[in-house]
Amino acid sequence: MKDFLQFLVAGLAVGALYALVALGFVIIYKATGIINFALGALALLGAYLTYNISQTWGVPFFAAVVLAMAACAGMALLIERLILSRMVGRPTFAVIMITIGLAIVIEQGVIVIWGGATLPLDDPWGLRTMPLGDVVVAQSDLARIVLAGALLAGFFALFRYTTLGVAMRAVASDQEAALAQGISVRMIVGITWAIAAAVATMAGVMLAAGGRGVEPSLGVIALVAFPSVVLGGLDSPIGSVVGGAVIGIVEVMTAGYSERIPEFLGANFHRVTPYVVLVVILLVRPYGLFGTKAVQRV
Amino acid sequence: MDALPDAPGKRALAVLAPLVFALAPLQLGDFPLSVLNVAGIFVLGTIGLNLLTGYTGQISLGHAFFMGLGAYVWAHFGGHLGLPLPVWLLAAAVAGGLLGGIISPFALRLRGNYLAIVSLGLVFIGIHIWKNFESITGGATGFTGDTRAASVGIVDFGDLEVAGRAYTVDQSFFWLIWAVVALGVLVARNIVRSRPGRAMQAVRDHDIAAAVIGVEPARYKVGAFVVSSAYAAVAGALYGSYFNFVNPDHWNLFLSIQFIAMVIVGGVGTIFGSVLGGLFVGSVPRVIETYGGRIPLIESLGVTIPEFNAILFGVVIIGFLVFEPDGLAGIWFRLKARLRSMPAPLTKEI
Repeated sequence: MKDFLQFLVAGLAVGALYALVALGFVIIYKATGIINFALGALALLGAYLTYNISQTWGVPFFAAVVLAMAACAGMALLIERLILSRMVGRPTFAVIMITIGLAIVIEQGVIVIWGGATLPLDDPWGLRTMPLGDVVVAQSDLARIVLAGALLAGFFALFRYTTLGVAMRAVASDQEAALAQGISVRMIVGITWAIAAAVATMAGVMLAAGGRGVEPSLGVIALVAFPSVVLGGLDSPIGSVVGGAVIGIVEVMTAGYSERIPEFLGANFHRVTPYVVLVVILLVRPYGLFGTKAVQRV
Repeated sequence: MDALPDAPGKRALAVLAPLVFALAPLQLGDFPLSVLNVAGIFVLGTIGLNLLTGYTGQISLGHAFFMGLGAYVWAHFGGHLGLPLPVWLLAAAVAGGLLGGIISPFALRLRGNYLAIVSLGLVFIGIHIWKNFESITGGATGFTGDTRAASVGIVDFGDLEVAGRAYTVDQSFFWLIWAVVALGVLVARNIVRSRPGRAMQAVRDHDIAAAVIGVEPARYKVGAFVVSSAYAAVAGALYGSYFNFVNPDHWNLFLSIQFIAMVIVGGVGTIFGSVLGGLFVGSVPRVIETYGGRIPLIESLGVTIPEFNAILFGVVIIGFLVFEPDGLAGIWFRLKARLRSMPAPLTKEI
């Protein structure tokens, strides 16, 4: 039971990060109908910016995170304006590939600027642990759950209660109708990209926190977060939170109880569990737990 | 097909291409040949993906998985058991087609974005399988063959000797690979110009409309998946035999992305474009890797050659999609149309 609780907390912490990235995918998908494969690279960029602002320029950690989120959001806005806005009306395939191209350029740009080595983030939690009832949990795991939770709550408040949130929902449900109501669809799409990048930055930073450090492979989190997106439903923000939590817990549990996993499944099976879950969901509920089922009429 | 095409340009090509094919290995050194060989393998894979993505409109990021599958079919039947080339090449095509057929029902339930994500999962699950199914794949360290097993009858492409003259592996594999490429181009062109090909394009343009006019989308989506996976697997088998080595990490997402880049750079929905795209994306990075040190610009930017290559790769994808969505083939067709519409030379008086 103690093991179980321990794994549960660790799983929730991993899931919180998946949820952040998944939310980034979902809001861009809702506004524009495409999956932004560059989100992982933006998370990577955000983590490196945080490192640079806090370590090189000596800004306090939390201020550095906020500044990096803002800078990364600005970068995403710029990319959307300069490149993606030219692609309106082009096939999905082409737009997805543009974001993949962007991901490669950003990732390599990061390596050119900061090098390929692991850099210490020197976050406030490090490798410290603390007791929580019966179990001992990593402080960084708690920080992940709390910060991601706060950010997600902030987003949902914005989405639900502010004029901007209403505009975002309007654009998501019908772009032309939104235009007719005087909403600038272009601006909303840009803002969506910015918010997604800011949220992804938080995911990147929190992934690097807790002793891992900043390194070029952080961006892979975006690929691992895909199953969470599909589980929750590609067009459901709340689904991304639930999907993230479930996938995170499943992954950590499989790793934790690895001695009970049948041997023929191979070593490090937990690394592919998110994808196995993905395949199973697609068999049972192709449009996820909360996603809208696509209806076809002939 | 006619024995010789009627357009003068095509007739020239029909004579020139076999000549280049026969003589190139005798004239070129081993390095340019090895570049062309790898590019040829990529061309095969690209044709397959273009049939699926360019002609049928199904985005797949799982192409690397099927190429890996083919490589391991070579590993078992060729490198390990030493069966002759036609056996493992055919086995690779069958295995690729079969697995593509098994997986495609998943694809039928999904469109666009969803399909891209799921096929991406295939690559990760694949790498896990390659690393753990050690008896055939050699595990994480990879598989080295006892033999390339590249023999057809008495002709052994791994150790070619004709009339007392020995040829290097790069020379003989040029003949082997590009012969398979030629066959692949021929088959693909015939597919896209016959009923299945037209049906695939109808499904791509609007699958519901296709269903209304009597083309069953599911049937042609599955068919496209089967053929595309078979092409990838054949390419993978040739790759394994050529290098006599298969590494599980090679069949990763980046390889899948490279294939999509080749389709885009060459031209979406043209077989000719797949050849151009495979040649371009398959060879330029290797050439830069080797001769990049002589380009002064790269060093003065403070960028290493691999970094330069990767950035160039990303920029090329974005550049083509934004400015030249029809790819190299589009540029070529436009150039040809312009040449044709030019006024006749003045010397030709009536």
